[in-house]
Amino acid sequence: MLSDIALYGAFETGLIYGLVAFGIYISFRVLDFPDLTVDGSFPLGAAVAAVLIIDGVNPWLATGAAVLAGMAAGSVTALLNVKLKILNLLASILTMIALYSVNLRIMGRPNVALLTEQTVLTPWYDLGLAYHQVPVVLFVIVIAVSLILLWRFMKSETGLAMRATGANARMARAQGIATGGMIVLGVALSNGLVGLAGALFAQSQGAADVTMGVGVIVIGLASLIGGEAVITPSSVLRALIACVVGAIIYRLAIAFALNADVLGLQAQDLNLITAVLVTLAIVLPGVRNSVVSKFTRKA
Amino acid sequence: MAKRTLRTLFGATLLAMATLVQAQEPRVVAITQIVEHPALDAVYQGVKDELAERGYKEGENLTVMHESAQGNAAIASQIARKFIGEQPDVIVAIATPSAQTVAAAARNIPVVFSAVTDPVGAKLVQSLEAPGANITGVSDMLPIDKHLDMLLRVMPDAKRIGTVYNPGEANAVSLINLLEERLKARGLTLEKAAATKTSEVLGAARSLVGKADAIYLTTDNTVISAAEAVIAVGERADIPVFAADTATVERGAVAALGFDYYDHGRQTGAMVAKVLEGKKPGEMPVETMEKLDLFVNPAAAERMGITLSDELVSEAEQVIDSAK
Repeated sequence: MLSDIALYGAFETGLIYGLVAFGIYISFRVLDFPDLTVDGSFPLGAAVAAVLIIDGVNPWLATGAAVLAGMAAGSVTALLNVKLKILNLLASILTMIALYSVNLRIMGRPNVALLTEQTVLTPWYDLGLAYHQVPVVLFVIVIAVSLILLWRFMKSETGLAMRATGANARMARAQGIATGGMIVLGVALSNGLVGLAGALFAQSQGAADVTMGVGVIVIGLASLIGGEAVITPSSVLRALIACVVGAIIYRLAIAFALNADVLGLQAQDLNLITAVLVTLAIVLPGVRNSVVSKFTRKA
Repeated sequence: MAKRTLRTLFGATLLAMATLVQAQEPRVVAITQIVEHPALDAVYQGVKDELAERGYKEGENLTVMHESAQGNAAIASQIARKFIGEQPDVIVAIATPSAQTVAAAARNIPVVFSAVTDPVGAKLVQSLEAPGANITGVSDMLPIDKHLDMLLRVMPDAKRIGTVYNPGEANAVSLINLLEERLKARGLTLEKAAATKTSEVLGAARSLVGKADAIYLTTDNTVISAAEAVIAVGERADIPVFAADTATVERGAVAALGFDYYDHGRQTGAMVAKVLEGKKPGEMPVETMEKLDLFVNPAAAERMGITLSDELVSEAEQVIDSAK
C-alpha cells in the first residue's frame, strides 16, 4: 500500500500539475488553441526562478518573474499565430523548440541546484508540520488563490470576451471583440500559469533542469481530460475544479502504478500506463468536448 | 529419559534461536534512475553485482527496489517519495536529477549517489571530503590527476601541456579550470586554444605548435567530434596527443585512462555495502573512479615521435594496433 510520504508526494506533484491543467484548460478549452509551448514554458519558469534565487532575489519575486517569463513565451506563440498567420499548433512547436536553447542560455548550464537555497517553502518548514506535508499545504493555498482569481477573471468582461473568441471567433469579431488580442492574452495567461508551476516544481525538487519539460503537455492533457471525466465541466468553476482533481488523480494513479508490483508491472511500463490512462480517459463515455474531438477521428 | 527429552528440547530451542538470528529481515536497497540508458543501466547492474559479491544476495538477505523515471522529472519526484515512504536501508540515486529529488525529500535515510559529475555544484554535498548530512556517493568526474600521472610517465620532461576546448561548453570550461589548477600545482603550464565549433578545432590545434610539449584533450564534445584534426597536427608537429576517453585512442591518440560505467556501479555498490554495515554516509568522502582502464596506441605514439615503454604497453587493458 501507499505510504504517507508517497501519498503526500502524489498530492504535491498533483497540485503543481493542477496549475499546468489550468493553463491547458485556457488554451485548449477556452480558446480552442492547441498549445504545446508548455513543454518549454515549464522549464522556463523553473530556470528563471532558479537563477534569480541563486542571485539572492526573494523567492516569491523570483517566482513572479517566472510567471512573467511564461507569459512572454506564450505571447510569442500567440503572436506567431495571430500576426504571422502560422498554424497555432506549429507556432507553439516553434516556440517550444526555441525555448530549449533559451533555457540553457538562462541557466548557463543544464542543471541549476537549489538544494541549499532559500525557497518559497523554507519559512513554512518552521511551522511544525511534518517535512513531507509542508509543500502540500503551501501548494493548496497557491492553487486555491489561482483558482479563485481565474474563476473571477473568466466571469469578467474580458474573460467573457476570451471565451466568446474561443467559442465562435467570427461571431466574437462581429460583436466588436479584438479576437487577436484575446488569443495573445489567453495563451500568455496559460503559459504564465505553467511558468508558475515550473518555478514551484524546481523549488520543491531542489533543482531546475533543462529536461524537466519533457511530457508536461501530455500529463497536463491527461489531467484535464481525466478530471472532466469525473466532474462534468458544466460551468467554469466546475471545469477548474476538474483540472485540480484530474491532476491529483493522475498522480495517485502513477503512485499506485509504482506500487503495483503485484500486477507484475515494472518501472519501464510507466509510459505505457500513462498512454493507457489517457486513452481510457478520452474514450470514457460522457466526455465529449473540443479536446476530445481534436484527438479522435471525425466520423 | 525425561532428562534426555529436556536436553533435546533445549538443543532444539538453541538451534531455532540460532536460525532466527541468521534469518534476519532482508536489507532493503532502493535504486532510482532518471532514465534507461546503456551507461546508467550498467551502473545499476554493477551495484547489484558488487552487493552480491559482498554477500548481499537479492531474494535471500537483500531486497532491491528499482524504478526508472523514464526521463520524466515529475515521476522522478514521485519515485523519491515512494522510496522515502518505504524506509529502505539505503537509497541509491543514479544521475544528477534523480539524486537531487531524493536529496530534497530524504531526511533520515542514507543516500548513495552514482554517475554524478559535480556533486558540489549540484548541491548534493557540502564538500567532496566531508559530504555532511546523510549523503555520499561516487562521482564520474574525470580523474584528471591520474591522467596527468599517466601523461608524465610517458613524457617525464613535458613542461607545457596544450589543450583545445570549447569555451561555450559549461562542462568543458569547468574541466579546463580544474586542469589548469592541477597543472599549476605540479609546476607545469597549460596552453589553451579555443574552438567554438568543430571547424575551428584544426586551427586551434595548429596554434599550439611550438607552444606545447604534449596535448591533453578532455571530454569536450566539440573537440572530441573533431579529434582527428588535433591528432593530424600532433603527427605532423611531433606533439603527442593524450585523451581522457578511450575511444579517442582508437582514433589515433597515444593513450588514455578511461573507465566503464559497470565498474562505476561496482564502486557504488561497495559504498552501499559499507553503509549497510553501519557507516555514516555524511562521514564518507565522495569517491571518484578508482578502476581505470589504460588504452594505448603504440603506432600512434611512433607517428608523434615517441615510443611507449614495453612496461606501459604490458599494463594496458587494450593495445590498439592502428596501422592507419
